[in-house]
Amino acid sequence: MVSLSIRNIRKAFGTTEVLKGISIDVAPGEFLVLVGPSGCGKSTLLNLIAGLEKITSGEIFIGDHLVNQVSPKDRDIAMVFQSYALYPNMKVRKNISFGLETRKIPKSEIEKTVQKVANMLQIEDLLDRKPAQLSGGQRQRVAMGRALARSPSVFLFDEPLSNLDAKLRVEMRTEIKLLHQRIATTIVYVTHDQIEAMTLADRIAIMKDGIVQQLDTPRNVYENPVNLFVAGFIGSHSMNVVPVRVVKSGQSNCLLIKTGEKTFTIPVDKNPSLLNKWIDRELILGFRPEQISDGFPNQAENNQIHTLESKVEVIEPTGPDTLVFIRINDKKVACRVHPNAARHPGETMKLMLDLSSAIFFDSDTEEQIS
Amino acid sequence: MNDPMVHTAPKTAGVFAGRLFIYGLLILMVFYFLLPFIVMVLTSLKTMADIRTGNLISWPREFTLDAWKTAWGSACIAVECNGIKVYFWNSVKIVVPAVTISTLIGAANGYVFSKWKFWGSEVLFSLLLLGCFIPFQAILLPMAQTLGKLGLSQSLAGLILVHIIYGLAFTTLFFRNYYVTIPDELVKAARIDGAGFFRIFWKILLPVSTPIFVVCVIWQMTQIWNDFLFGVVFSAGGNQPITVALNNLVNTSTGTKAYNVDMAAAIIAATPTLLVYIVAGKYFVRGLTAGSVKG
Amino acid sequence: MTSITHTTSVPKRSLFDHIENLLPKIVLAPTLVAGLVFVYGFILWTAVLSFTKSRLLPKYEFVGLYQYLKLFTNDRWWVASKNLLIFGSLFVVICILLGLLLAILLDQRIRIEGAIRTIYLYPMALSFIVTGTAWKWILNPSLGFERLIRQLGFENFSFDWLVNSDMSIYTVVIAGVWQSSGFVMALFLAGLRGIDDTIIKAAQVDGASLPRIYWRIIIPSLRPVFFSAVIILSHIAIKSFDLVMVLTRGGPGYSSDLPATFMYAFAFTRSRLAFGAASAMVMFGAVMAVIIPYLYSELRVKRNE
Repeated sequence: MVSLSIRNIRKAFGTTEVLKGISIDVAPGEFLVLVGPSGCGKSTLLNLIAGLEKITSGEIFIGDHLVNQVSPKDRDIAMVFQSYALYPNMKVRKNISFGLETRKIPKSEIEKTVQKVANMLQIEDLLDRKPAQLSGGQRQRVAMGRALARSPSVFLFDEPLSNLDAKLRVEMRTEIKLLHQRIATTIVYVTHDQIEAMTLADRIAIMKDGIVQQLDTPRNVYENPVNLFVAGFIGSHSMNVVPVRVVKSGQSNCLLIKTGEKTFTIPVDKNPSLLNKWIDRELILGFRPEQISDGFPNQAENNQIHTLESKVEVIEPTGPDTLVFIRINDKKVACRVHPNAARHPGETMKLMLDLSSAIFFDSDTEEQIS
Repeated sequence: MNDPMVHTAPKTAGVFAGRLFIYGLLILMVFYFLLPFIVMVLTSLKTMADIRTGNLISWPREFTLDAWKTAWGSACIAVECNGIKVYFWNSVKIVVPAVTISTLIGAANGYVFSKWKFWGSEVLFSLLLLGCFIPFQAILLPMAQTLGKLGLSQSLAGLILVHIIYGLAFTTLFFRNYYVTIPDELVKAARIDGAGFFRIFWKILLPVSTPIFVVCVIWQMTQIWNDFLFGVVFSAGGNQPITVALNNLVNTSTGTKAYNVDMAAAIIAATPTLLVYIVAGKYFVRGLTAGSVKG
Repeated sequence: MTSITHTTSVPKRSLFDHIENLLPKIVLAPTLVAGLVFVYGFILWTAVLSFTKSRLLPKYEFVGLYQYLKLFTNDRWWVASKNLLIFGSLFVVICILLGLLLAILLDQRIRIEGAIRTIYLYPMALSFIVTGTAWKWILNPSLGFERLIRQLGFENFSFDWLVNSDMSIYTVVIAGVWQSSGFVMALFLAGLRGIDDTIIKAAQVDGASLPRIYWRIIIPSLRPVFFSAVIILSHIAIKSFDLVMVLTRGGPGYSSDLPATFMYAFAFTRSRLAFGAASAMVMFGAVMAVIIPYLYSELRVKRNE
């Protein structure tokens, strides 16, 4: 197991800078996911780690070695590509062994390795086929097999599941996780799919415009996004973000929440000093859809739960629960409710808003207020 | 795009008449395109006496291959009376090395221009591309001087060299455009697998290059076989390619005109490229559209 | 960790890596040098020659624009230029009309389309010299087409364009069109096949008739094909040499000369090197004037994709 250290990396193509000073330390055996919208620079960063492109400035260490000047073949890495990049003219066996052969590893050992990898990925009966004869999922396995065969110190994955259909993608996701648990090699994994990032990562680096916005565990980026971008990007229905006015009511700071004709004044107990500066000003309240529902299991002991009433605009049943869309302060808000509790559009519904894990953002800087 | 109208419309008399009209016109055009070739074949099989009394499309009174034998072995071109066979083989001797070398270099160039781009390589490619379009009149005089200095003037070797040089822009274009369709990730994967510049070319790209090799070889072969300008300027006497010989035969002003021999010689000159077209028409058309700009 | 095979890394930048990094440039070098010398250098050399008074051999005594002035006062050059204009415009227009017509006809679910297409296109495989030979015979004033029509009963029919100095350039048009219109058909057919089906279906749902759909929707959407066809055909026309050489040798007299045959005649058979070079440079300018905007637009389209 080897660590990977990225220090203040910059990359410019001509005059456009795509990476603006990235620093990430990946612990030995860690599964790091780089996630972000297209054009955020995540794939470029991966290419730089692989040595496929030259760094403009900064340093990359693999283990203790500074690898800035080291060619890809000598970095002891392996990479799995979105298009799989299987050599079309070679059989699966040859695809897996190609890297070993160029490294002049003895034939018998290559043979053993191919068998072992094929066994691990259950592709033994595909070894004598050409890539064109394989399904998408099979190609994906072969591509991983090719990377595994070399037993590198770092694995790089470049959107490896994006070309698979939804069902297969979920299956392969589990397999990659299992594989990592088994071989425990350091992995850097690029994806634009936040669910993939959440499910796979030890830590997630969320990137936008060539900058890492937040680098933290999946749980932390979900519960405690540092800015509006991360809040909107992570979560399969993104966080509700609503502009609210803070007012002083008696001892407590309160939020003015207007649904339809009614306005509720809801006290915020969490860290009272936090909002002192914001009295009579507007900020942005963020809460997850599951934090506004028809009821909570522990609602008796939670004094941060407040009841509102609102007209239902649209409903979207998802199966286990139903998303009910209402309007708060003229912003559409998703509420995750029990299917039985959901009302029809046009009807009024009672909802409970749990502010205990709500987050506040500065409406100008879009950063979290802390 | 197909015409769904015909498919869905009920088969009325009007539709039927329309179809008849379309087919009629198409068949008429088939004759327009075929007729010159039929005339050539018929004429080449006639005797001169037959030609003088008959007409273009009259059936030969007796079929004879005499004109073909004369054209191949004993027709007089300039001062030599050995037919066009020498010139036919000249063209073969020019085409084979010129096509081989220009295609191979083009493949390597295309590989670099598509998979190993460096700062300025796109500009260099554009500048090279411009070489596809220049009217060769603008380089004929210096080339003639240079070939003279190199001791290659009016030799087959000189002509081969010229065809290689001015074919490179095109062969490079073919391979570059083909290789850009092959995913870069394949090259990246191979680099990580430890393969170097030549190994990647040899093991990864060349094995999937057969179609473009066929297109490129056919294009170059057709271009060089059919060339007249370079042939007439840079070669002389017994070193001329077949197109120049055919032109000399047809435009000779000495002796009586033997139209049947002219036609036989023309068909012989056309045979190699026609065969390629018939056998590998698909690739020929692909090259034509890709390389059409050369004209 | 399940260990498989261990490849130890040697994180050093070796001399080998340096050479490896230079390989792409080393591979390109010969071609680039050849291009620089034999294309750009030679064009420059031709330009230099055109400013001298070289005749049989290059002599580098400069006379400025003398040759160009001579050229533009030379009657034969004006005939060649006028011929190029006549030949070029007729050749381009007829090829495009014929090619488009054939493509539209062939696009009507024709049963034996493959065979017909093959026949329309085969002249492109022929050398212009072969084409010229065939048409020279067909247009032969006594034994060719004229004889055929006379034998059909039209005793007074006369067709002597090949030897008629007013008409000889049109014989080049006839042969040129025969050779190239099949190719234009292929271009248009590819364009037609590339049109989105749903647009036509939408038009049909809107109740447009078939000719109207062609006239208002399909043909306008072939604009890029028209554009490339015009460029390609003009390019062929400006460079036309072989066809004239074999059909008419530029004659009778110099009545069917084109710039390409003019240049050849002066530079190589009449030993007026500098004069020929000047005419070559004018041709070069004409071709570039056509090609550079075309290349520019092509490259710009690619960049936008």
